[in-house]
Parts: sequence; structure tokens; C-alpha cells
Amino acid sequence: MLQGQKISRQSQVTVGSVPSDQVRAESTERYALSAQEKKHPTAALLTVPVTAALALGIHLFVAKNEPPNESRTYTIVLGSFFAGAIVAAVMQRWWPALQTRMRRFRPLFTVGVLLLCVWEVITSGFRMLPLPYFPSPAGVVQSMINDRGLLFDSTWHSLVLLLSGYLLGVVAGLVTGVCIGWSGPARYWGMPLLKVVGPIPATAWIPLAMVISPSALISAAGLIALAVWFPVTMLTASGISNTRASYLDVARTLGANARYLVFRIAIPAALPSIFVGLFMGLGASFLTLVVAESVGVKSGLGWYVSWAQGWAEYGKVYAALVIMAVFFSTIMTLLFKLRDRVLVWQKGMIRW
Amino acid sequence: MVASSLQLRDVGKSFPAPDQPLTRQPVLETISISLEAGELVSLVGPSGCGKSTLLRLIAGLDFPDSGELLVDEEPISGPSAERGLVFQDPNLFPWLTVRRNIEAGLAARGVLQQKRSEVKEFMRLVGLEAFADAYPHHLSGGMAQRVALARALINHPKVLLLDEPLGALDAFTRMRMQDEVLRLWQNRRTTMLLVTHDIDEAIYMSDRIIILTQRPGTIEQIIPIALDRPRDRSSSDFLSLRSEILELLHFAGNRTSEVTA
Ligand SMILES: Nc1ncnc2c1ncn2[C@@H]1O[C@H](COP(=O)(O)OP(=O)(O)OP(=O)(O)O)[C@@H](O)[C@H]1O
Ligand SMILES: [Mg+2]
Repeated sequence: MLQGQKISRQSQVTVGSVPSDQVRAESTERYALSAQEKKHPTAALLTVPVTAALALGIHLFVAKNEPPNESRTYTIVLGSFFAGAIVAAVMQRWWPALQTRMRRFRPLFTVGVLLLCVWEVITSGFRMLPLPYFPSPAGVVQSMINDRGLLFDSTWHSLVLLLSGYLLGVVAGLVTGVCIGWSGPARYWGMPLLKVVGPIPATAWIPLAMVISPSALISAAGLIALAVWFPVTMLTASGISNTRASYLDVARTLGANARYLVFRIAIPAALPSIFVGLFMGLGASFLTLVVAESVGVKSGLGWYVSWAQGWAEYGKVYAALVIMAVFFSTIMTLLFKLRDRVLVWQKGMIRW
Repeated sequence: MVASSLQLRDVGKSFPAPDQPLTRQPVLETISISLEAGELVSLVGPSGCGKSTLLRLIAGLDFPDSGELLVDEEPISGPSAERGLVFQDPNLFPWLTVRRNIEAGLAARGVLQQKRSEVKEFMRLVGLEAFADAYPHHLSGGMAQRVALARALINHPKVLLLDEPLGALDAFTRMRMQDEVLRLWQNRRTTMLLVTHDIDEAIYMSDRIIILTQRPGTIEQIIPIALDRPRDRSSSDFLSLRSEILELLHFAGNRTSEVTA
């Protein structure tokens, strides 16, 4: 009786709160008010709007050196950022979620806007860098807007190609990784092949891929899959073969058959390692995607960059690079989110 | 559920010596025991004498170098859900919650759908309902041991091998769990082999106590416990038996080395 009470009370304190609340509490703590913020709460609130205003001022000052349409567009962009910053600074009083977020991102935003200022000053302001290779931020924004149709199309093509290649590589890598990690004969024959073929960068196969494949798109997907396959296989195999023997022993005394041992014990136990492979594979797939698009495939962001470069339209090159950065980091973030969901059980065991 | 009988005949086991891999050092020698169906026997002996090794042999996870092991007159050929083993370390699956760890026994045999109702019962038995959705990482050592116990019990094994299953529990929970294990044993008449370092636990629980010698483990003595159940830990019979056994262990300890008890 007494025991039961003790346990249930403990559970409320520790277990109930651990998965989400405590972590959230931790993160708010990390972005809690700094000493300065406590002393000057309004000053802290104003850092982002003030830097935005500064950027706007600098821009208007150097605008005479820029083509008028570029300048106007960039004025609108900076102006709306300034307005947004003001609105957010006011709103956060009544919106705690926004407040934590603002507190967390305030230094990043401030420095980011300052960097834009520096860029504009050394390009449009003092003309320290040669044109057309180094356009001003206003020029890049203008190219992005002018060419939005083609940029959107290229992003879409890149996304389709990337996902088809990546998923193909992941599936193939998981299958071969589990086989090599679990079965002795598969390891004997698979490992040497993996060690010899795996380290060749997928892009080195481009000449061969162009010869054998009927379409550039299919060969690009195949190359991306190959680039992903190697790290996924390696890390899946090592995760599976490092499964603690005692987990397998326990399962066997519970009456598990081979299927249960592989799918319910070895694979879950290997998941942390598998995710390392998925991340490495994702990095490799970005690289292969861009290279394949710039040499063979006639669409996608990689193609767009080299096409724009051919016309010496560097504003478009940078516009595509910015989109690429956003595009790739979004996919990376999604994979992190997936990992956080699948590996919740590790929370508290490792540095999260 | 009917229990099984268990026979060990001249079982010996050796492992490669850690320093010279070519020579083998014996861990168990000429172990002969016979457990009747439904008997509860304790195994006591110094650390490193091969108790866990013996349980692994009976579970079918390892094979002996010599001798034979029989369950219901049939030789043991590998692990089976009919011979449950609670390991010395809880070895919970860290990726499963407490509930899913306890369910694992049913899931491994593919009977989870039919028997899901039992999961709650076993969670209550070990007093962990409030922790059903916690991951093992958040449990104390004693709680983890109780989950491991429930995970083995849920399969209703005919032979249950327990490797210090109550070692990490506080005295109070320990006594309660001893009674729970006894109650299960009496209801199901499972054959049980219990490794323990606690003489009181051995006397309180078992029909017989087997005392092993220092490594290589051989059977030093088998002591029948003829006390009536339920036993009273403070009765004079209990206490005199206890001091008798301690004296015996002390004597054995002088000849071999210290016995952890
Ligand atoms: N897989 C193995 N390989 C090599 N040696 C082993 C192996 N397993 C056990 N041993 C050795 O066998 C001996 C007995 O081990 P065992 O775990 O059975 O002891 P124990 O009686 O359970 O001890 P304790 O009471 O400390 O748990 C030890 O000396 C150990 O080093
Ligand atoms: Mg042991």
C-alpha cells in the first residue's frame, strides 16, 4: 500500500514530466533574461528593430549607386522586415511563445541584419568588389523576384530528384546494411565489396553513368542513391553487428524467432547508428545532386547556377545559392525532427 | 500450466583463459542436480563460481563441454520460452517503454493480441502501473529489476531461472516481492532455480539450498529445508537453521575462500 503510494507520487514528479515539459523548461531557462535585459528591458526589445532601421538608413544612403528598381524592391524588403520587427517586439508582451522565440533569435537576427549592411556598404556603397561578380544584396533580391518562376521550377525539380535518389539509396542501404550486419556469409562477401566500391565518390561514376543510362535524370537519381547507399550501409551494418548480445539473449529466452531478433531487437538497437548514416548520406546526396545537375541534368538548382553563370548573371547565381541554402537546411531540419521522434528513448541518456 | 523436471548430469563448462587464449579454465565441474517438477531450489556460492554460467546452460544460451542437461527427460537444444531466465542485469530494451518491455515476452511468441489483458496484471504485480509509459532510462535499479521479472513471468515458463532477481531492492520491497514470487510459484507450480547471495531469502523461499564451491564450481552441499510454509522469518526453527547454514558456509569458506552471503 505504502509502496504503491510512494511510486505513484514519484511518477508524477519524474516520469510524467520528463519527455516534454522538463526539456521545454530547460530551453526557456537557457534563453532566460540576461543581466542586461533585466536592467534595460526596452533596450533589449528594440535591438532588432533598431538594427533594421539602421540597415534601412544605410540602404537609402547608398541607393543612388543602385539601379532604381533594385533599390525600390530592397527598400520594401527592409521596410517590411523593420515593420515585422516592431510588430513582434510589441506582440511578444502578450504572446509568451513568441517571447521565448524572440529571446532566442534576437542576437542571430541582429548580427544577420548587420552583415547585410556590411555587404551593401562594400558593394553598392564603396564599390570595393568588382562587378558583375559581386552584386549588392538589392541586386540579388531583385534577381530572385524577377526570375521567381524559373527558380521555383528548378527547386521543384531538385526536390523530386533529391528525394527519389535519397529514398532509393536509403532503402537499398538499409537492406544491405542489415544483411551485412546480421549474417556471416553476407558480411564475408559484402564487406570487401563495400570497402572497395564504397569510398569512390559517386560523382566519379558520372562518365560511366552517362554511357549506360538512357536518361540523364535516371542516371542522376542512381548516382545520388549510390552516394547515400554507402554511408547508410556502413553505419547500419556496424549498428546491427554491435547490438548488445544480452538483448538478443533476453529475447531468445522469451521465445523470439530470427525475424523478431532482427526486426524488433537488432534494428531498434542499431537506430542511433543508422541515423548517423542517414545524416551522412543526406550530405553526400546534396553534393551529388548539385554536381549531377550542373554536368548532365538540364533542370534543377545546380543547373540554374551554372546556366546563370554562363550568362554572367551573378545576381541569379547568388539568388539560387540562397534558395539552395534554405532548401537543404529545411530538409536537414526535417531529418533532425524525425530523429528526435524516433529516438525519444535516448533523451537523457546522451547529450541531446 | 504444468511444471517441468530438470536433470543435470556431470555438467562441466570451461572458458578460454583471459590471459592465454589457448588454454581453457574450468568454471563448472561435475555438476549433477535433479529438480523435481514444481520444486524451488536456491543456488548459493561465492562470486565467480559459475552460477550465472549454470543458468545460461539451462536456458540453452550456452552449451556444456561435458555432461548433459535434460528437461522432462529431453536434452536441452536451445533457448525456449518454456525456460524463462531473469538475468543478473535487468537488460531492459531501452527503446521500449515499461509496458512494451513487459509485453515483449508475448510479442516475441506472437501471442500479444490474445493475451494483452495479462500485461496489466503483471504490471500491478510488480507495482509499476504508474510507470507504464516511462523508458527504462528513467527507472531506478530496483524498478528495472522488477520489470525484468514481470517480462519473464508473463510467458508462464515451466522452468524459471532467477539470477539474483531481487538483489537491487530495498529490504521492504524485497520481502514483498519474495512473497509475490512464492505466490506465483504456488499457483502455477513452476519449477524454479534461484541464485541468491542472501541466506535468509534462500531459507525463506526454497525447498533445498545448493551450495557451490569456489571456482571451478562444484556442489559443496545440498541442504533440504523442511520448514512448513508459509514460513516465519523470526521463528526459532528458522533462526536455528540459519545459524547452522552460516556455520556451514563459514566452514566451507575456510576451506575454499570467503563466501559472499
Ligand atoms: N563468456 C565468457 N567468456 C569467458 N569467461 C567467462 C564467460 N562467462 C563467464 N566467464 C567466467 O566464468 C566465471 C564464472 O562466471 P559467472 O558469471 O557464472 O559467475 P557467478 O557465479 O554468476 O558470479 P556472481 O555471483 O558474481 O554473479 C568467471 O570467472 C568469469 O570470468
Ligand atoms: Mg552471476
